[in-house]
Amino acid sequence: MPLEFPSDEWIKELSNQLNASESYERSAKDWEGDFVFVVEPDEAYDATSYLFLGLFHGKSPDAAELAGEDEREAEFVIRAPFSAWRQVIEGKLDPIQGMMTRRLKLQGNMMKIMRYPKAAKEIVDCCTLVSTDFGS
Amino acid sequence: MWYFVSPQIVFGEGALDAIDDLDGQRALVVTDTTLVELGLVGRAQAHLNKAGIESQVFDAVEPDPSVQTVRQGVQVAQEYGPDWIVGLGGGSPMDAAKAIWVLYERPDLEPAEINPFVPLGLRQKARLITIPTTSGTGAEVTWGIVLTDTEEQRKMGLGNRENVADIAVVDPAMAAGMPPQLTADTGLDALTHAIEGYTCTWHTDMTDGLCISAARRVFKYLPRAVADGSDMGAREQMHNAATCAGLGFGNALASLAHAMGHALGAVFHVPHGRAVSLFLPCTVEFAARETPGRFADLATLLGCTRAEGKEAARALTGYIRDLCREIGNPTSIAEAGVEHAAYEAQLDKLVDDAFNDTQIVSAARSPSYDELRQLFLCAYEGGPVEF
Repeated sequence: MPLEFPSDEWIKELSNQLNASESYERSAKDWEGDFVFVVEPDEAYDATSYLFLGLFHGKSPDAAELAGEDEREAEFVIRAPFSAWRQVIEGKLDPIQGMMTRRLKLQGNMMKIMRYPKAAKEIVDCCTLVSTDFGS
Repeated sequence: MWYFVSPQIVFGEGALDAIDDLDGQRALVVTDTTLVELGLVGRAQAHLNKAGIESQVFDAVEPDPSVQTVRQGVQVAQEYGPDWIVGLGGGSPMDAAKAIWVLYERPDLEPAEINPFVPLGLRQKARLITIPTTSGTGAEVTWGIVLTDTEEQRKMGLGNRENVADIAVVDPAMAAGMPPQLTADTGLDALTHAIEGYTCTWHTDMTDGLCISAARRVFKYLPRAVADGSDMGAREQMHNAATCAGLGFGNALASLAHAMGHALGAVFHVPHGRAVSLFLPCTVEFAARETPGRFADLATLLGCTRAEGKEAARALTGYIRDLCREIGNPTSIAEAGVEHAAYEAQLDKLVDDAFNDTQIVSAARSPSYDELRQLFLCAYEGGPVEF
């Protein structure tokens, strides 16, 4: 059954997919740094949502929808309107290209992320594995 | 939404004359000692002189320039205060020039902070001219910068759209003195740019034609340029092909052969163009399983086959290997002289480094760690890819 995006169930399923991915584990084996994904309102979505994804040494130990951005501390925050997130999840927008064109805005140490490009790609690949209901 | 960036390109015989019309006070020429000895730097300086621009030379750039060398160059720039930076040479001097320019403008940045995600605000102190003396790198028109972290023996992919050159002077006379081996290696770099630029996931309508045009020219003119370096017709075609390929892949991305070639080059010091070309056939076969139509189209456009699917990819790899043999280049890492035991000993590092190279993100088929390892093994023997 498709999971609503954004939601607590959706981010937990992404976490499960990452934990099942050998490629992600290999590519992020030294990675330490949690993310908050901020889903901003646009014409297709009228709220602001916050999804926390814990990432540590090739695994995702924790994931949850948050009530606010500051509920959990995260090293990285990525903000984008709902429609841009949808394009990323559907594999239509490469997240690195999205950040280069500022459609996705990153707070955090980009130098660190640049050393793990394959891991970033694996996260997106796992997103596409989550059966998702975008509400339209 | 995407971008296409390019310098103003002055090309063809006599292109260096365009320097005569520049406005400015002081130029720092970033290059290497060989090019000074060959007189190529002096030729560029003579044109700067005609423009009334005094110049100083920083010639400490080594192959695979290091962060430390770039820091030295920045110090020279800060003391000299140029309003033009001139990157003259192959990919190494031009990449070093880009990095020196960025850090001269932005001394608050670390080299590793030169990334495409933030505005840099360049062109407050100086502008950049690139003058290629080889026909392959494309660095004269790309914004990418490759530096080597000598402590970790790892190449760093850096760059920002802003640090593309203002003017690229693509004069075939500057490449006329290349010896055959350098002509061959750099020409294969251009071919790899063209093929990967066309087949990577970041290719666009703006880049496809440039890549195809460049690849055709390499197949046609590289053997002539290698066989007879004084064949200026072939030299000019190769010089233009390299720049077209640079625009093509520079506005898309390269792919797996570059990710693997960077790893090999950093450990075994195989020249860049040769290194990436050693991985091109096997990565074409591997990726073509994901997007067979794209590779079949390319093979047809290059005139090597009208077959489709796996057969087209196999024909294309055969075409690439035939070109390598014709110009006397190796078609496997074993033939390139890398000892098997040494290769085996470094295999984990090679796979790790390629797995985390920036160029891997645009691969038409994303390899798993084990698949990447198998690709390294296939490339060692130069054998077919059956997975």
